[in-house]
Amino acid sequence: MFADTLQGPSVDWFAMSPLLVLLGGALVLLLVASLTPPWPKRWYAIFAAKCAIGAGVLSLLLWHQIDKEGATTLVGGALVLDKPAVWIAITICVAVFLCALVTDDYLRREGIDGPELYALYLLAAVGGVVMAAANDLIVLFLGLEILSIALYVMAASHRKRSESQESGIKYFVLGGFSSAFFLYGVALIYGGAGSTNFNKIVAVLEPTTGSDRTNDALVLAGIALLLVGLAFKVAAVPFHFWTPDVYQGAPTPVTAFMASAGKAAAFGAMLRVLLEALPNWSDDYRPAVWMIALLTLVGGSVMAVVQTNVKRMLAFSSVSHAGFILVGVEAAAHRPGAPMGGDGVSSVLMYLMIYSVLVIGTFAVVTAVGRTGDAATDLAGFRGLAKHKPTLALAMTVLLLAQAGVPLTSGFIAKFGVITAAVDVHSYAIAIAAMVSAVIAAFVYLRIMVSMWITDEEASDAAREEVRVPALLWVAIGASVAFTLAVGFFPGWLINITP
Amino acid sequence: MTSFITAVTVTTTWYLLLAAMLFAIGVVGVMVRRNPLILFMCIELMLNAVNLTFVALARRLGDIGGQSTVFFVMVVAAAEVVVGLGIIVAILRRKPGATTDDLAELKG
Repeated sequence: MFADTLQGPSVDWFAMSPLLVLLGGALVLLLVASLTPPWPKRWYAIFAAKCAIGAGVLSLLLWHQIDKEGATTLVGGALVLDKPAVWIAITICVAVFLCALVTDDYLRREGIDGPELYALYLLAAVGGVVMAAANDLIVLFLGLEILSIALYVMAASHRKRSESQESGIKYFVLGGFSSAFFLYGVALIYGGAGSTNFNKIVAVLEPTTGSDRTNDALVLAGIALLLVGLAFKVAAVPFHFWTPDVYQGAPTPVTAFMASAGKAAAFGAMLRVLLEALPNWSDDYRPAVWMIALLTLVGGSVMAVVQTNVKRMLAFSSVSHAGFILVGVEAAAHRPGAPMGGDGVSSVLMYLMIYSVLVIGTFAVVTAVGRTGDAATDLAGFRGLAKHKPTLALAMTVLLLAQAGVPLTSGFIAKFGVITAAVDVHSYAIAIAAMVSAVIAAFVYLRIMVSMWITDEEASDAAREEVRVPALLWVAIGASVAFTLAVGFFPGWLINITP
Repeated sequence: MTSFITAVTVTTTWYLLLAAMLFAIGVVGVMVRRNPLILFMCIELMLNAVNLTFVALARRLGDIGGQSTVFFVMVVAAAEVVVGLGIIVAILRRKPGATTDDLAELKG
């Protein structure tokens, strides 16, 4: 009866191939691994890493296709294929690849080796890629939930540690809470614009096409609720309360994944919503983004200073990094007319790529130093690291210097990018706040370095378990240090390819 | 009495207000209750309040999109139930009768 009236949208399978590879990888891994005896050592991790590489390579092919043919929409306008979307997809693939390498030895050390965590990485990556490529608020919400639900399970996945489960329930309750706010925002915008599709929202809410702004109240309330939901996901002050607890309690490789892929996907979604769906309202939401950015910059670095646990320090440092990225978002919101254009967007995208690699490297070192059960992640756990594992301490130092934004590291290029973008649009106040916050945050990184290099070991330290750095962990740390230094010394190529 | 009831026309605005109230009840519930299961139910209440909003707005706009969205939200809510109950059961096995006050190992 419906056969002649109901027509499905045409699907460009090649354009969706990175998604399909990640999803297929997750399903195959779960299905095959549950039907076969335990795989040999490292196979799960290598399988997940290969899926990430496959999806990354396909994304690069899509990048070339966009170069030739321009951006398009997919599946009846549900998804969009453009350079920012592919860039975030590549960032997420890099994050899955590095996290899989870090996770491998971690799981065996903790005695919980299995395919589940890798399958969840791949599933979460699917959600993240969908979020960054969404062209419809409902699709974006589905991507957000695919990512978030996978992250809740991952945070609680270490069943032998009660901290892990506590972080899982905290993340779940607060994450569900914020998702509901986000969804309410979607509903109100649907009420105001009559559609959840970005193109239709833009067309309806275009002031020049004679649209009355009678639905102002609905749309403004909707924007506020959307901002709450997104600010929660990127861990921006004052919606950051979950961050330190969840980052500390979750298994360290999972923390690395949250801070890299989770953040990249959430910022990709934020750019989509603010610049693609609601460009006509940029004057209304920009002050809110400005305020959140300021609070996040200052709050993140100040609260990081008083912590004694390195994972909590890095959690607040990731809050402060979110503030820097928000500076770029605020700059981009000054020029919403250029579709996903302007320096703001490219500075945000570059920051996300650089920070993802950086933070995974940092948490990889914390994974090694944390020893069995993530028990030694306080500053005392880092005492004497330079004496016993000088290379590891050196790698950590490079990564921390990069997080602080020291020149000749990738962190400097990232921070320079967002601050330049802010100055370009005359947002001087927030650019200055960003620089001040970078100075405060530098103190945090110095504390960790002092603990590694200078603090004397105490008698009790000799009884501690030795820090082991297995091969795959070395690969992950080495790759992120190499990327950090390569971008620091030769930033030109990355700046040139960033959309 | 009958005339009073017939004089009142129920518009979609009523449903929007009802949904807003349900959402607010959910929000307050998450903030004041201590039992993980109740917290969880409050989140479901918030999601269902949004569902009611979607349906009411779809009715007002004469658009089928909002109604079909509700099915997506239901699926998401069901997935959240599975994961949330899984985590809660894992915790309650370790600490029977745990409330949110008992889950305070992580602080700094």
